[in-house]
Amino acid sequence: MSTTVLTVDDSRAMRDMLRHSLAAAGFRVIQAEDGLHGLEMLESERPDVIVTDINMPRMDGFGFIEAVRRDDQRKAVPVLVLTTEVDVEKKNRARAAGATGWIVKPFDPVKLIEAIRRVSA
Amino acid sequence: MEDPMAAIRETFFQECDEQLAELETGLIAMENGTAETETVNAVFRAVHSMKGGAGIFALDALVRFAHVFETALDKVRSGTLAATPAVLGVFLRAADVLADLVHAARENTSVDNARTATMVAEFDKINNDCETPSPAPAKTAPAAGSGLFEAALEEQNSAWEISFTPRAELYAKANETAIILRELRRLGEIDVRLDASCLPELSELDPEGAYLTWHIKLTSDCDEAAIRHVFEFVEDDCVLLITPPEPQGFVPGTVITGDNGFKFEFFPPPEDEEPAPEPEAAVPPPPREAPAAAKNPAVEVMAAKAESAAAVSATIRVDLDRVDRMIDLVGELVINEAMLSQRVLEAGIARASGVAMALEELEHLTREIQDSVMAIRAQPVRSVFQRMPRLVREVAAQTHKQVRLVTEGEGTEVDKTVIERIADPLTHMIRNAIDHGLESTERRIEIGKPAEGTVKLIALHRSGRIVLEVSDDGAGINRARVREKAVENGVIAADAQLSDDEIDNLIFLPGFSTAAKVSDISGRGVGMDVVRQSVAALGGRISITSRPGLGSTFTLSLPLTLAVLDGMVVSAHGHTLIIPLSAIVETLKPRAQDVFPLDHEINVLALRGGYVPMVDIANSLCYSESFIEPEQSVALLVEGEGGVRAVLLVDAIHGQRQVVIKSLEANYRAVPGIGAATVMGDGRVALILDVDAMVRNARSDAGRGAELAVTEAV
Repeated sequence: MSTTVLTVDDSRAMRDMLRHSLAAAGFRVIQAEDGLHGLEMLESERPDVIVTDINMPRMDGFGFIEAVRRDDQRKAVPVLVLTTEVDVEKKNRARAAGATGWIVKPFDPVKLIEAIRRVSA
Repeated sequence: MEDPMAAIRETFFQECDEQLAELETGLIAMENGTAETETVNAVFRAVHSMKGGAGIFALDALVRFAHVFETALDKVRSGTLAATPAVLGVFLRAADVLADLVHAARENTSVDNARTATMVAEFDKINNDCETPSPAPAKTAPAAGSGLFEAALEEQNSAWEISFTPRAELYAKANETAIILRELRRLGEIDVRLDASCLPELSELDPEGAYLTWHIKLTSDCDEAAIRHVFEFVEDDCVLLITPPEPQGFVPGTVITGDNGFKFEFFPPPEDEEPAPEPEAAVPPPPREAPAAAKNPAVEVMAAKAESAAAVSATIRVDLDRVDRMIDLVGELVINEAMLSQRVLEAGIARASGVAMALEELEHLTREIQDSVMAIRAQPVRSVFQRMPRLVREVAAQTHKQVRLVTEGEGTEVDKTVIERIADPLTHMIRNAIDHGLESTERRIEIGKPAEGTVKLIALHRSGRIVLEVSDDGAGINRARVREKAVENGVIAADAQLSDDEIDNLIFLPGFSTAAKVSDISGRGVGMDVVRQSVAALGGRISITSRPGLGSTFTLSLPLTLAVLDGMVVSAHGHTLIIPLSAIVETLKPRAQDVFPLDHEINVLALRGGYVPMVDIANSLCYSESFIEPEQSVALLVEGEGGVRAVLLVDAIHGQRQVVIKSLEANYRAVPGIGAATVMGDGRVALILDVDAMVRNARSDAGRGAELAVTEAV
């Protein structure tokens, strides 16, 4: 079975981009539009890796990661954060919230796939 | 299939448009003091998200500017920068610059770099003004490969020694030592030894604790950066010691500690350690079963909080073609239903019969479906209204006037096709209101008005149409000058008697410009007559009312949809035709003594002191060779583009009805004088008259009729 990646991002362009890159690399891609939506999807899906943005309406990436880590069923899922080079503080906060790793935006597909491979079995 | 990246790019730009609108709305709310915390966040997010997307497509100018903007917004968000009116002014102008950059990126055109640079300078200024406790200066990430081990970069194929002691946090963040070891192996040959000496008794063991240390010998010619890269995600959650291969002789004990001051004790790799176990087995999977009740309360709270927001965003995006197809089908359904009703009637089935009653139900349902489908296409005029504040700012700056824009009824809904086409007339009306309507600031102060002029933009529904009003609190129309100008241009006779309203509405006539000199702002080579024409093309009307010294109001009324039309059903020489109701001014019975022949073909009708050319529909559409006797006919006074009128003669009027518009061009070909077609209840096709073409025709036949048009308008 192929690796399933859940992407959580409120930007349609970013979602399309993620879907396009990940599907091309052979991943099964499921997508959520914000943190809450992501949690809803986790009720029925068991992704192997989660890729999430930070700035989102309703529930941001920090809240989402914390919620995932508090869920005993899901806490072992690696979560990668989409972040920018300059957002060191944000990256640290994401780590404190329980992020497994990060992908520096603007990502290129190769780096994205590499980052996912680095955290998934 | 089209290039997926091009499609994503297109999505990105669509999203930019939405975010720019959100940005502007948010900033204006902040300006008006109606902003909430979430507004500031939304504003920040809009810019942030544009920056992120622009990064994918390497739109560097956009990324750079968005970054500067975002930095300032972040300061407002964190409270280090106060959102003063001055700061918000900078933000609003920055939003405009951002919009330009987006537009330039989309069209691949160049932008006004000077303007962008000025904007950046302004940001620098406000950023410096609040330079007090700059929140966590972006210290560079623990730079891999820099510093300590630079010397080791040259290293050849010899063994690196790596000691790696994860802390519990590493596992808590779903990192996995086995995967890290796997990644290390990609760099070269590895020899892994596990030090499990710290592992407690099973009874003492915390299943989520961390007790193991790995000692890895990596034989590779890679540099240290490559090794650190493997540990990038876990660097802060472990104790990591990397010793370069021998020749460099780095002292063991170059200790890297985690950031909580964890003390590292160097552990020499024991020679006779057991071989490394299967990495998978190294991390005991957390054996705890989640209790059923452990549904996270915090999450629920958050979910509840967000519920109201969720209700708002419960929308779906559908391809417009699908909706159009559905509208088309529902149109067919309506026609079919009408046909069925007619057949039932023809079959002589009693009105009280079950069939007739069921049919009535069906009719109600069909109408309801039609309304609902139309509602899908309906959109609030907000998207158009949101473009106006920027326009107002620009025109205000150009004219050196202070203008406040007040909008009402942004939520008023109208068909999407109509929305797309109201932006231009609205833009024109607003430009006009500021440029011509409002007095100069000095003049306003002089006459005791507030220095800041107000332009009001209102949308509302009125009797099945949408009405848009643009009003200003300026001087009102200078009727003496308008009249003088009209006489000068030969638009009206010097002795014409006109009411105030009529004078005001002269500005819509072709060749009329109220401005003494055509200004760059309202001028643009387009007069109000063009606005009127484009409005008329949509089946709408525009008019102006004015009170001297108090201001003027433009009123624009449009049909709610372009897919159905209210029409008058008429017959001409046995053919059923539809005349759009919006074009009809009145119906009348011509009297013989009011009809005057202009030549052998054209008659004019005397109407309230003016003369209007008469058009025999059956004849002009070649249904009949002969002419209808005016006294035998029913006459419809219609108004076409630019307010020109004509009288259309038909045999009879059969009443009004709503018809579904079917394009003739799409199904057959364009026919002069016919705008579109529809299918009637009896299944026959009825043509919808193109009133403008008819009127134009009559006018050119009747010779130049400017004078006629105006005298008739009296």
